[in-house]
Amino acid sequence: MAFELPALPFAEDALEPYYSARTLSFHHGKHHKAYVDNLNKLITGTDLESKPLEEIILLAAGDAAKAGMFNNAAQVWNHTFFWHCMKPGGGGKPSGELAARIDAAFGGYDKFVEQFKAAAVGRFGSGWGWLVLEGGELKIVSTPNAETPLAKGQKALLTVDVWEHAYYLDYQNRRPDFVQAFLDHLVNWDFVAENLK
Amino acid sequence: MSFELPHLPYSFDALEPWIDAKTVEIHYTKHHMTYLTNLNNALSNLPALAGRSIEEILSHLEIVPEAARTAVRNNGGGYYNHIVYWNVMGANQGSEPLGKLAKAIETSFGGFAVLKEQIEKAGLGRFGSGWAWLSKKTDGSLLVHSTPNQDTPLAEGLKPVIGVDVWEHAYYLKYQNRRADYLTNWWNLVNWEEAERRYLEA
Repeated sequence: MAFELPALPFAEDALEPYYSARTLSFHHGKHHKAYVDNLNKLITGTDLESKPLEEIILLAAGDAAKAGMFNNAAQVWNHTFFWHCMKPGGGGKPSGELAARIDAAFGGYDKFVEQFKAAAVGRFGSGWGWLVLEGGELKIVSTPNAETPLAKGQKALLTVDVWEHAYYLDYQNRRPDFVQAFLDHLVNWDFVAENLK
Repeated sequence: MSFELPHLPYSFDALEPWIDAKTVEIHYTKHHMTYLTNLNNALSNLPALAGRSIEEILSHLEIVPEAARTAVRNNGGGYYNHIVYWNVMGANQGSEPLGKLAKAIETSFGGFAVLKEQIEKAGLGRFGSGWAWLSKKTDGSLLVHSTPNQDTPLAEGLKPVIGVDVWEHAYYLKYQNRRADYLTNWWNLVNWEEAERRYLEA
């Protein structure tokens, strides 16, 4: 059973003006789709064909001979997760239990923003900025290329894609502006809170 | 004494229609400039490296104190790689390799068609950000290879002859996800006179 490109959890133009329909049409319709198609090519006819995506990621992680499989499988997962991290009218301060956990871990929402931005903007080359849960603690990390918290024993709570294809049509070289807009206007904190449960 | 942004050897629109003017302008005035600024910042507290050429520093990253090494590798690499990239392109270029470089390409690869195929494969196969290169080894022979991010051929003891940037910022405004088309079209821009000059340079 081959993997399928999941539908976006919102309309392609729902995140305007912070994240354009044009960017989403390429990011979801071309990049995400290419990872799905490449993964299917790599697993068709193998004993991985019927395995869940998470299991394929864990099997391929750290195995140089399976780098192509890892890259495509992890990018399928990362992108699906990223779409759910956004919603129209999102962003700003979270509330409730999640806000309390962020305050406790980072010393307040402003400190969280500062550290999350530093991790995402400071990732040299292509990659991802993350809020993760590791050993019961909230942490901010960044990963290069396709690398994903799942393969590092961490649970992903929130991510921002900082591959240039994620923001170049809208923000060009201004990655800090994209990450700021993501935090101020796009983050789906309900999804993050669900991940924390 | 700090490094400077070299003059772009043509106007922003000179590489049209293969690379658009807006891409060249942002790539040169923003991305290249940022690498330069960050490189100079990283070197500002390292007087021991003053007077060294960028080639010397990148060929011997071990001379950079460990605390500054990643910043110099990334930003110095970005500064140097882009200088190579701008200079091996030009308006009304393309055609085919010239002179002694053409002969060396024939010897090492069996012809220009094979070289093109190998560079395009190296560029397409680079997952994430990076570069595809034709480089000269110390024995004078040629090699096609790829480096991640802003790592340079110099750090591997190789001299870059031509290099194509496959960071998405190099092509995304015009080609979006179609890196293959950018690479195919790039051959219309290669300045083979400059490539041969680089090949013959010690």
